[in-house]
Amino acid sequence: MSQARLVEIETDILAKNDAYAMANRKVLAGLGAFAVNLVSSPGSGKTTLLCRTIEALGDQPLSVIEGDQQTANDADRIRATGARAVQVNTGKGCHLDGHMVGHAMAHLDIAPGSLLFIENVGNLVCPAGFDLGEDCKVAILSVTEGEDKPLKYPDMFTAARLALLNKIDLAPHCDVDLDLYEANLRRVNPGIEVIRISARTGHGMDNWLDWLSGSLTRKRGRAAAE
Amino acid sequence: MHEMSLCEGIRGVIEDQARAHKVDRITRVRLEIGRFAGVEKHALEFAFDVVMRGSVAEGAALVMIDLPGRAMCYDCMAEVEIADRLDPCPECGGGRLMPVAGDELRIKDLEVA
Ligand SMILES: Nc1nc2c(ncn2[C@@H]2O[C@H](COP(=O)(O)OP(=O)(O)O)[C@@H](O)[C@H]2O)c(=O)[nH]1
Ligand SMILES: [Mg+2]
Ligand SMILES: [Zn+2]
Repeated sequence: MSQARLVEIETDILAKNDAYAMANRKVLAGLGAFAVNLVSSPGSGKTTLLCRTIEALGDQPLSVIEGDQQTANDADRIRATGARAVQVNTGKGCHLDGHMVGHAMAHLDIAPGSLLFIENVGNLVCPAGFDLGEDCKVAILSVTEGEDKPLKYPDMFTAARLALLNKIDLAPHCDVDLDLYEANLRRVNPGIEVIRISARTGHGMDNWLDWLSGSLTRKRGRAAAE
Repeated sequence: MHEMSLCEGIRGVIEDQARAHKVDRITRVRLEIGRFAGVEKHALEFAFDVVMRGSVAEGAALVMIDLPGRAMCYDCMAEVEIADRLDPCPECGGGRLMPVAGDELRIKDLEVA
């Protein structure tokens, strides 16, 4: 007879990460600050779009957490706009996690009722699974990546509340079908909102800024009600 | 892609549990993995062996139990089971499905010696 016995544990593998994420979410809720987790493949325009967004927001308080495997380039680009930014290098890690973001948040001294942008590591797979405590994920997909990307990497687009279809200025030069991009996004996430945008020309920026300010207003309202 | 960090998560949970239950050897670990969890099983098996070295679960067998993928159909509003993320709705043939289950990544139980 074997001595083996079973210990039932029914625990999420990511339970530790989720606990850090929940702690971050609680801090943000207390502040009435709205946090966006920006996810995309490398080069789709996250940092460029962030810089344009910060410029357009003028002196509105906001902070930025930059995730990359190596270099502080992106945090430097953000700081050049005058915004507060912390760079997190994940080394071999392919995504930010709740613990890293908690540390970065502690360094940022986030203002009540402000915006927090988290630029995740460029990767359409792993960041989908790691909660950071953000209010929502915003996926950026640039028109040069191919209409089928939402179908090939559905998890990221399913997890996102909003998709920014970026580099719309390039559409006439590269034979793309923008409606097919949208149809494929809605196929993997029928509830997703889509904004066509160009960080280069500023097309669609107003819609994105409206979306941000609406989200922030609702978050502040919830914080005030508590 | 992040199977190593998943295994580090598993190791963390197992070590906490082993301490709590005063166990010094684990012979089998059963995981429940949803169809849409995006886990590459071979990579997970490989990473598991590597990451568990030196822990109470060194050499433990790894068993993966599949959980079904479920989705809400935005056309007929039924909750249906689908095998593949891009499958059409088995009830109405619609193509707008929002997953509601299948992203589980859980440790179910541990067999201890
Ligand atoms: N034409 C065009 N280029 C863009 C646009 N947005 C970003 N880029 C370019 O795309 C490249 C990658 O942008 P970056 O912001 O570093 O992408 P990230 O890796 O997602 O942060 C840079 O050369 C940007 O100038 C856009 O809307 N239109
Ligand atoms: Mg960048
Ligand atoms: Zn249906």
